[in-house]
Amino acid sequence: MVLNIIKKFLLYLLAIALLLFTGLPFFAMVNTSFKEQLEFMQSPWSLPESFNLEQYMLLFETDFFTYFGNSLIVVVISVILTIILSAMASYPLARLKFRLSTPIFVLFLVGMMIPIHTTLVPIFQLTQSMGLYDSLWALIGPYVAFALPVSIVIFTQFLKELPVELEESAKIDGCGHFTLFWKILFPLLKPAVATITIYNFIIMWNEFIFALVLTNSPSNATLPLGLREFHGDFSVNVPGMMAALTLASLPLLLIYFIAQERIVKGIAAGSVKG
Amino acid sequence: MNQPTEKKLVATDTESQAQQKATSPGSAPKKRQKRSIKFKEGWTILLFLAPALAVYGLYVVYAIGMTFYYSLFEWSGIDQDFNFIGLQNYVFQFTDGVFWQSVSNNFLLVAASLLTQLPLGLIMALLLFAPIKGIRFFRSVYFMPFLMSTVAIGILFTYIYDPSFGLVNELLGFVGLEALQRGWLGDESTAIWSIIAVVVWQFAPFYMILFRAAIVGIPEELYEAADIDGASKFQRFRKITFPLLIPTIVTSSILSIIGALKYFDLIYVMTGGGPNNSTHLMATYMYDHAFSYFNMGYGSSISFSMFVIALIVTIFILFIDRKRKGEF
Repeated sequence: MVLNIIKKFLLYLLAIALLLFTGLPFFAMVNTSFKEQLEFMQSPWSLPESFNLEQYMLLFETDFFTYFGNSLIVVVISVILTIILSAMASYPLARLKFRLSTPIFVLFLVGMMIPIHTTLVPIFQLTQSMGLYDSLWALIGPYVAFALPVSIVIFTQFLKELPVELEESAKIDGCGHFTLFWKILFPLLKPAVATITIYNFIIMWNEFIFALVLTNSPSNATLPLGLREFHGDFSVNVPGMMAALTLASLPLLLIYFIAQERIVKGIAAGSVKG
Repeated sequence: MNQPTEKKLVATDTESQAQQKATSPGSAPKKRQKRSIKFKEGWTILLFLAPALAVYGLYVVYAIGMTFYYSLFEWSGIDQDFNFIGLQNYVFQFTDGVFWQSVSNNFLLVAASLLTQLPLGLIMALLLFAPIKGIRFFRSVYFMPFLMSTVAIGILFTYIYDPSFGLVNELLGFVGLEALQRGWLGDESTAIWSIIAVVVWQFAPFYMILFRAAIVGIPEELYEAADIDGASKFQRFRKITFPLLIPTIVTSSILSIIGALKYFDLIYVMTGGGPNNSTHLMATYMYDHAFSYFNMGYGSSISFSMFVIALIVTIFILFIDRKRKGEF
């Protein structure tokens, strides 16, 4: 009995220690964002005297919401394109037999281990010669290209599990491959679409290096770039910086609390099965 | 640029396949019908695959090829002054101390990731199955670091490590260890370790999720059988959970190693490779050469070396994994 209580105590101790380890930096970030600058100087890590939103209001006077909007535009377009392209590519790879099927699948699979940096200089040159340099459009190509491998792996996995009868009956009804895929199979892929959307949204929302290399002017900066800009310009105003960090992390945290299970499944599917 | 060839490759193959199939024995009318279907099928496959292959071919396959091509030149990247120098960039890499420093930092990060992220992730995953009240809350908080952008994490931890008001020094003062207080990121001896700690903080939750998914997938009957045999909790872990987690451990190791080899964001934001190049990784060193010093030829050769190292490591792990599977 006593042994059980000790065991339980140790278990909770470990759980709480890990809670502090993972949660404390977050807590410090949100906590500081509610402070005034002077208050922060005097006692940097204490609780705020009152929840004042002054620092958040200050963000309206900066380019923060331009960055936020830019990120949203790039990520939404890239995710939609990723879904369309990877779903289409997965159909023949999963459901039709042809000789190059395996080599093409492996070609996509290899993409998961390629360091993005190996493609950086050529993509920079390519973007310039396409006249896309320093525009939001420059980011969409690389984002989609590097999202394809995981997405194709997840889609083919799901497609292979659908019953063959679906196609057979559709063929008897005289459906072509396009109608068959978009009208009959694709609607059944909803869980996969949700998984891929969330997974890629997280990755693209936080993407930094392509944005750093392929854009230049503040009006075309995405959120991670903008935050770094802030860090350079407003390093004196720590609470203001923390408010920006909190607000920048908010969309993903919201998605996470709404669709926790889906995210967790998505990450597991994307990595383990791959 | 290799987009047309890519398309053609698929087209010719599916067509030839269609023809090949069509010449197989069969009655004449049937043969014709089969051929037209197969031919149509070839076009379908091509149309479905072409968009993805075009984008992927251009931004990944072509780009990697071009990186190798650029690495053979002395070239700033901003003018047309190409100067072919063969493999000299690679020869120079061998004598470049900072390059080796960054390679060794990369492998330090690999080792630290394997030895801390994976065990920590496993412990966190196992805890999620323990009889703890409010475990959903614990799980939510445990996972949060993975959702934050690396840039935000980098900025946040710059403040946490700050010498004058940082949380780390504050906590050390609180428990009476003032002697250990220092400028964690400015000190050559602690900078890389301070960053590694942040990488562990960021990615342990990711492995927690992978392990949790794998543990959920273990059939309940195995544990029931073990309980009937009177196995202890530890025996259950050692004889059932752990062996069945090995495939996940292998995948996690691959992801962790590859992740550590291509790490960039945090270093770039927190130290930019300093102080005195002590925290450079291959990726940050490559970035500096290509985009800060405009030395794109040399930058390309570093990034191509990165690619080769990542490739060798992956093949090596897969080889070991296959050998392990062969033994069972």
